[in-house]
Amino acid sequence: MTDTIAEHADSTLYKGEPLVQMTNIGKTYGAIRALKGINLTVNAGEVTCVLGDNGAGKSTLIKIISGLHPHNEGTMKVDGKEVSFSSPRESLSHGIATVYQDLAVVSLMEVWRNFFLGSEMVSGKAPLAPMRINEMRRIADQELRKMGIVVKDINQPIGTLSGGQRQCVAIARAVYFGARVLILDEPTAALGVKQSGVVLKYTAAARDAGLGVVFITHNPHHAYLVGNHFVILKLGEAVLDKKRSEVQLDELTRQMAGGDELTELSHELQK
Amino acid sequence: MSTPVKTDPSPAAPSEASNRVSLGLSNRLLARPEIGALVAAIVIFIFFLIVAPAFRSAPAFFTVLYQASTIGIVAVGVGMLMIGGEFDLSAGVLVTTAGLFNAMFCYQLGINLWVGAILSLVLCLCIGFLNGYLVMRTGIPSFLITLGTFFILQGVNLGVTKLVTGSVSSPNINQMAGYDSLNWIFAAEFEIGSITLNITVIWWLLFVLLSAYVLQRTKIGNWIYAVGGNAASARAVGVPVTAVKIGLFMTVAFLGWFTGMHYLYNFNVLQAGNGVGNEFLYIIAAVVGGTLLTGGYGNAIGVALGAFIFGMTSLCIVYAGWDPNWFRAFLGVMLLLAVMVNLYVKKLSTTRKVG
Repeated sequence: MTDTIAEHADSTLYKGEPLVQMTNIGKTYGAIRALKGINLTVNAGEVTCVLGDNGAGKSTLIKIISGLHPHNEGTMKVDGKEVSFSSPRESLSHGIATVYQDLAVVSLMEVWRNFFLGSEMVSGKAPLAPMRINEMRRIADQELRKMGIVVKDINQPIGTLSGGQRQCVAIARAVYFGARVLILDEPTAALGVKQSGVVLKYTAAARDAGLGVVFITHNPHHAYLVGNHFVILKLGEAVLDKKRSEVQLDELTRQMAGGDELTELSHELQK
Repeated sequence: MSTPVKTDPSPAAPSEASNRVSLGLSNRLLARPEIGALVAAIVIFIFFLIVAPAFRSAPAFFTVLYQASTIGIVAVGVGMLMIGGEFDLSAGVLVTTAGLFNAMFCYQLGINLWVGAILSLVLCLCIGFLNGYLVMRTGIPSFLITLGTFFILQGVNLGVTKLVTGSVSSPNINQMAGYDSLNWIFAAEFEIGSITLNITVIWWLLFVLLSAYVLQRTKIGNWIYAVGGNAASARAVGVPVTAVKIGLFMTVAFLGWFTGMHYLYNFNVLQAGNGVGNEFLYIIAAVVGGTLLTGGYGNAIGVALGAFIFGMTSLCIVYAGWDPNWFRAFLGVMLLLAVMVNLYVKKLSTTRKVG
């Protein structure tokens, strides 16, 4: 499984090298403050987990990194250079690929078309140059087999694959096209136990190949299995920011479940 | 800190799929968008061969093809636009706008018709661009935006024609410079034995082939399916969604202009109120041809078959000696059947097959 990743991962990546550094990042939508004072570093070969309840600001954070909305406070550096993305294309060209929970694939399109969507192989520069369809089919099939996903027919609509397989195709695609930073938006949220396992294994493989991974989830158990660094967001601010060595699963779970508020609530309810 | 990353050798990848089976032929055929339209076309064809004796001749068949091509050319664009997830209700009256502008502009100024034809093309592309730009910029559904342009154009067609000519028809242009060459390009007729082949049939087939090629074999085709199937997802992997959709609206406008040119140089005079209602015929041709109303699914051959069914029924009802008013009722039934077949096919092709 790690074959694919190791082959396509940037060989100049060094473990621990900072790829994305966010300092004091904030974002407001009109009068609404969605994020405030966020510091986040994504290192090569590490998984940074961002946890938080609904509305905590997780989505806003990835939208900033992936170029869907620019930030309006603080600085973001990619490979040491300050950037502000205004489109997903810009962020992709910096090697940052995002796999969205619900937006990963176009379900009515064939598996191989999805795999190459936005990065089609064409013979020639003309806008109507023919695509190298057989080659694309072969490569897509080959890459998916390396990950242990064997589809019945590479020409079948991707909607016929299981949720976990679809996530994996999306991740494999990002890695195949040379992503250096991989952002996974709740990749396990809609999946069963076994399928989550497949996605988590692939996440770990990406980490081991030296990619910087941002893993967004509200499941502390999944986060703790692969994470090196944990950030918990609440109402747009970071309430916990610790390395793996400094935190236990219990604390993550407690914080995610509501933390101090929960303790307070339990006192109130016991009265 | 900086140590090169090493990866473990991976477990052997599965080399041969144990659970891979090839789909049955019937299954693969059923998953194609145009198959419903093909079956319907054959059934209707045989039906009219039986009930309409006048239809059993080569000339009649080519008249049907001509009738189909007048709808089919614009339907090629409308089908692509619908695969891209948008609607265009203004296409029907845009055809008339294109012809009226060319005729009146050149007649009033007394200049070569070619100038007017090219300016008319520019005008149509601008209207197409405006449709697309407004849809993408405001996020208002294209149904409403193009309903607006539909009424604007309908009003402008009648209003301006009345202002300029004092009546509701355009001036006759068959004595003006440039008429002969334009007439040949857009409305030539070739007599081959007993049949009359109108040049629009050739243009229609060329546009269908080009559209089929673009949709299946080019990256732009890939993008069209993607923006119709899931625009947000397409944008996230770097597909220029706005440009693709605006391009599709402009394609429809181009083909509308083309058909407008045909009507103008075929009849030499245009009625300003023409074209209203044709926008639905284009959409029906696309839907009967297997295009999903919600976008992301369909193909060019299906849309062509849809237009052929339209041409066949509209003429064969006359050939059969029936009251032509039944045509619309028939079209409605076809549409409902097509939508139901499409729904079933979509379900079939996206339900998970084990393995």
